Amino acid sequence: MRKRLHPEGVVTFVVDRNINYTNVCINRCRFCAYYRGPDSPEAFVLGRDELFRKIEETLEEGGTQILLQGGLHPGLDLSFYLEMLRSIKERFDINIHGFSPPEIHYIAGRANLTVGETLQSLRDAGLDSIPGGGAEILSDRVRQVLSPRKIRSAEWLEVMEEAHRLGMRTTATMMFGSVEGPEDIVEHLDALRGLQDRTGGFTAFIPWSFQPKNTELGETVQDRPLGAGGAEYLRIVAVSRLYLDNFPNIQASWVTQGIKMAQVALRFGANDFGSTMIEENVVRAAGVSYRASRRGIVDAIRSAGFKPAQRDTHYNIIRRL
Amino acid sequence: MLGRIEQKVLRGGRLTPEEALALFETDDIHLLGRLADTAAERRSRGRAYFVQNRHINHTNLCLNRCRFCAFSRSKGERGAFELSTEEVLERLEGSPEGLSELHMVGGLHPEWPFEHYLELLRAVKERFPRLGIKAFTAVEVDHFSRISGLSLRETLARLKESGLDLMPGGGAEIFSEGVRKRLCPEKITAERWLEVHRTAHELGIRTNATMLYGHIESYADRVDHMIRLRRLQDDTGGFQAFIPLSYHPFNTEIRGGRPSGIDDLRTIAVSRLVLDNFDHIKAYWVMLGEKLTQVALLFGADDIDGTVVEEKITHAAGALTSEGLTREALIGLIRGAGKVPVERDAFYRELNLYGDRYEDRQGDGAEAPDRFRTARARQ
Repeated sequence: MRKRLHPEGVVTFVVDRNINYTNVCINRCRFCAYYRGPDSPEAFVLGRDELFRKIEETLEEGGTQILLQGGLHPGLDLSFYLEMLRSIKERFDINIHGFSPPEIHYIAGRANLTVGETLQSLRDAGLDSIPGGGAEILSDRVRQVLSPRKIRSAEWLEVMEEAHRLGMRTTATMMFGSVEGPEDIVEHLDALRGLQDRTGGFTAFIPWSFQPKNTELGETVQDRPLGAGGAEYLRIVAVSRLYLDNFPNIQASWVTQGIKMAQVALRFGANDFGSTMIEENVVRAAGVSYRASRRGIVDAIRSAGFKPAQRDTHYNIIRRL
Repeated sequence: MLGRIEQKVLRGGRLTPEEALALFETDDIHLLGRLADTAAERRSRGRAYFVQNRHINHTNLCLNRCRFCAFSRSKGERGAFELSTEEVLERLEGSPEGLSELHMVGGLHPEWPFEHYLELLRAVKERFPRLGIKAFTAVEVDHFSRISGLSLRETLARLKESGLDLMPGGGAEIFSEGVRKRLCPEKITAERWLEVHRTAHELGIRTNATMLYGHIESYADRVDHMIRLRRLQDDTGGFQAFIPLSYHPFNTEIRGGRPSGIDDLRTIAVSRLVLDNFDHIKAYWVMLGEKLTQVALLFGADDIDGTVVEEKITHAAGALTSEGLTREALIGLIRGAGKVPVERDAFYRELNLYGDRYEDRQGDGAEAPDRFRTARARQ
């Protein structure tokens, strides 16, 4: 099926940087090693100067997008986000891929606006597209265990549906390998496929596996100290490629699986290598640190037998390498 | 060609070098994986092995200084080390209970006499009589023979007398002369490596064989390597396992990329199919990473090495894996591939078979699994 959709053997990647504007988060999900409470000595909100410096460096390295995400910080309101977006757009020509559905939902709630109104103002201030994070497993039974304070499946899907209606493209993720069963994964894929049939707004599906180190949940799943294995990952990639027949792209996650596994995933249905990740903090907090330079990504795609190409956020090819 | 190979594999026939090359060159890794898994299942009946082992490197001082090595040092150089016999024993004392295999290799020390190694073996054997000692690659054994002035046979006989049980498969690299000359000109020749192993087998010392791939060699070189091993194994039957080693390029003089994950799986699969007289193909998790190692169990491997505890050589070349894994992690890894985890000792005698899901027997006490299988000697 990958060959049918991408017959030329091209594997794409985007040059971008993950920028986390805060690690303060009231959701405190049990699988997360990144969040801190508002009063923690390690809590931070990224200052403007540092934000701009990070964006400048991204552009210098040929980057086309920033992935701007953070925790649900109780001290920040809509005007903070609007200001942040405007200040970036005033200075830089770069795609802002930002704020996953839990963040959007939280911002809307605090501003007393609907999700649609919130998205509209964020878009007007410069938000281009929305990352698919926070989906975890779109089954409320599982969410109750993993992330009881995080938005429910229906709310996640609602944010994405509203975004698509406003013409914003988004991705969708899935975090597997914790407490879900196969039927939960099917429920997740089915919800995404249904929404995609209505809107066509998803660009890509990105499955990744729960990384157990340094997390509350990791301490309770002792029978699999390493988390989901490579065989399970490949199975998920293959099943999602087959089931999500209306998704143009499936992304391999080298950040969570390592370069070698991501290469193998290209033969199990994936056609995109994700991002060069000039900076990544959240997965690293959970004890995983696969490193790769842009050169490393290009070489990895090539040595796996595919043609590397840099793309933009919308999966348009910018440059073949 | 592939159809014919498939038929041959299913019949249990022996592959020719040309057929082996065709397997390396095929784009159909899914077929390759299925064939290799079939061949592995036929032998291991769904089992995959791990061992509670520990690596100890007694020194990184080395006269050879191979160009692909990030571990070795010269005397006086920063980071150089040498462990006394007492220090080796201390490290073993500190190891978890249940340890059944010691893997001990080191550089070619410029000063230590042969007697030092014999004394080391005797000391370990005396203190830990039940521990299987797998030590000294063919390169080291050749070195011992030169510094002692003894014949190869006599050198190996003395090592065995002093407690050596098994030999690891290191130092084989790639047998092809042209590649070997560029990769490690100081190292013993392919013929010498094979001679050391042949002699060891004749003395009743079982050994492993490795192949370092993914640097400057061709697929034809890999096939040549496997065929030479298969020939020796036909003569002696002394090899336990074949271990393809995926090259790590960091901190070494040979540049270039790493083998892709696809190439790693392909190499495992082809070796399972070509080396029809080897009982075991090992996916060495230290080099492949835990996730790919699990996938390798579906591509022909039936052994994932072990707890290791403290790995130095591959980590000097930039490996990102842990330096050791727990027994629970190894069991979970094997189970995730749908295979039955079997704990083995150094001689592949089966110690514990984890036939049930691991959590089913939690609380029984970690040292008392439900289905304890008594050791069953192979020979």
